[in-house]
Amino acid sequence: MMRFSTLLRNPAPWMCGTRKLPGIVISSRIRLARNLADYLFPTRADASVREAVREAVLPGVRGIPGMEKAFVKGMEDLPGVERRVLVERHLVSREHAGAEAGGAVVINRPQSMSIMINEEDHLRMQAMLPGFDLRSAFTHLQEADQHLEQQLDFAFDQRLGYLTSCPSNVGTGMRASVMLHLPGLVLADQMNKVINAINKIGLAVRGLFGEGSEAQSNLFQVSNQTTLGESEAEIIDRLERVAGQIIQNEIQARAKLLAERPDFVRDQVGRAYGLLRHARIIATKEALNHLSMLRLAIDLGWLPPQNEGDGNLDLVILDLQPAHMQWHAGHKLSPEERDMRRARLLRERLHSLPEPDMQGGAEDASADTPPNES
Amino acid sequence: MKCDLCDNKANVFLTQIVNGKMQKVNLCEGCAKEKGVTDPTGFALADLLFGIGEEETVAGAPSGDACPTCGTTAEELRKSGRVGCANCYQVFSEGLDSLLRAMHKGTRHKGRVPDHLVERMSLRERKRRLDEEMDKAVREERFEDAAKLRDEINALGDGEGEGGSRRGATKVKAEQPEPSETA
Ligand SMILES: [Zn+2]
Ligand SMILES: [Zn+2]
Repeated sequence: MMRFSTLLRNPAPWMCGTRKLPGIVISSRIRLARNLADYLFPTRADASVREAVREAVLPGVRGIPGMEKAFVKGMEDLPGVERRVLVERHLVSREHAGAEAGGAVVINRPQSMSIMINEEDHLRMQAMLPGFDLRSAFTHLQEADQHLEQQLDFAFDQRLGYLTSCPSNVGTGMRASVMLHLPGLVLADQMNKVINAINKIGLAVRGLFGEGSEAQSNLFQVSNQTTLGESEAEIIDRLERVAGQIIQNEIQARAKLLAERPDFVRDQVGRAYGLLRHARIIATKEALNHLSMLRLAIDLGWLPPQNEGDGNLDLVILDLQPAHMQWHAGHKLSPEERDMRRARLLRERLHSLPEPDMQGGAEDASADTPPNES
Repeated sequence: MKCDLCDNKANVFLTQIVNGKMQKVNLCEGCAKEKGVTDPTGFALADLLFGIGEEETVAGAPSGDACPTCGTTAEELRKSGRVGCANCYQVFSEGLDSLLRAMHKGTRHKGRVPDHLVERMSLRERKRRLDEEMDKAVREERFEDAAKLRDEINALGDGEGEGGSRRGATKVKAEQPEPSETA
């Protein structure tokens, strides 16, 4: 079985992979909720039922193709800091980190699939991939689903589809989402408009760190909000179309900013570079926002891509998170200590980053496109 | 019911899905206005969910009624927004159906069906899906596909035969009185 330290040392490609520039779509994710027909749902079940569910599903889950030598842990066997590290890596939900008896997580070696047992539903399975690739993520998950349904009796109703603890997930039980980096729309003050428009068509937008247009690091997750009345393919199609539109909006916003306020953009990038490389005390929020500017500089060709090694910006962002800081330190950190360690980590990790060459414009506007154009 | 923000009587009821969790908000008219809930652009799901009135909340079943399988009461369901077991969807179907209608794009599952249930699916349901697919094919002018689907529909017969499953519960053991954890 994979150990926690191995898991941590080998982040998945979707967490820090190479992306086609401009890297607006960071990652794609599909989640399925499933319940066993003959057991009470986790929020209603007592410890013995939850443990029985875990025993009932574990053999099937371990047998999913690709789950060999997986990371398998009961949540109660994980120290608090390790649970929170998994949350920060999006392998486990915040709710599941506080799971009661019977809660467990199974993560495949490449960390492209994680399965929570006894979260709000008996099974919450998710598949993640780098870039814009919802369809492949769905294909992986469907294989897992088909494997499991051969041996498990899922709660299913002809009219309502897969039955879930919360009525908001009933039907497909599917949540599809893309993580987008949208500094152009935020700097151009258009993000609120975009969020409102997306909400109106039944999709949800939320900041990865923090809510609304205040989202730090300009990372936003867009997902479907409805699960009943549309097929999985229709939901994914719609999300793909909307994400494609947002990407276009972001590209336009960047081009407009560069055309109309080039010095503003250069100033943002320059400040980010200077602060991240020289600050001695830095808060998470400040660090995340400046890192977003470095990401933008990479997209614009002002900085070389940082795909390899420690300087990978995605990895830096992960390692700045509170539980990651604490895990690496090996002990609990005071807020002051954390801000100092964070600044040191940034100086070390970004020390080989060359000064941005801000002569180039934004002529490169080739968009990310879904691999599947049917 | 009282407004979540003050002591007035609440008459604006909202259900919002945040991070996949359902959250209910009850507001009086004054607070609703103040929070911009009456302005659809100001509140994420307002236009979608504005229709949920007091009589349409989850408490469709008479309060005091509980699910015989898991013991969840209508009141608990209303408070937590969570059902306790598969059977709850039948027990509280009246209230849940209006909630689902307000929450989702449709009231019928159009997605995947577990492989082993596809055969057990009632003829009517299979016909209904094929009909839908054929309509779509015609709309999209994929006439070859449409013809194939028509043949499939004809091959199913008139759909009057017994499909083998009650409407709704395929897997839900509604009539089993004892709690299901013994399974
Ligand atoms: Zn009020
Ligand atoms: Zn129940």
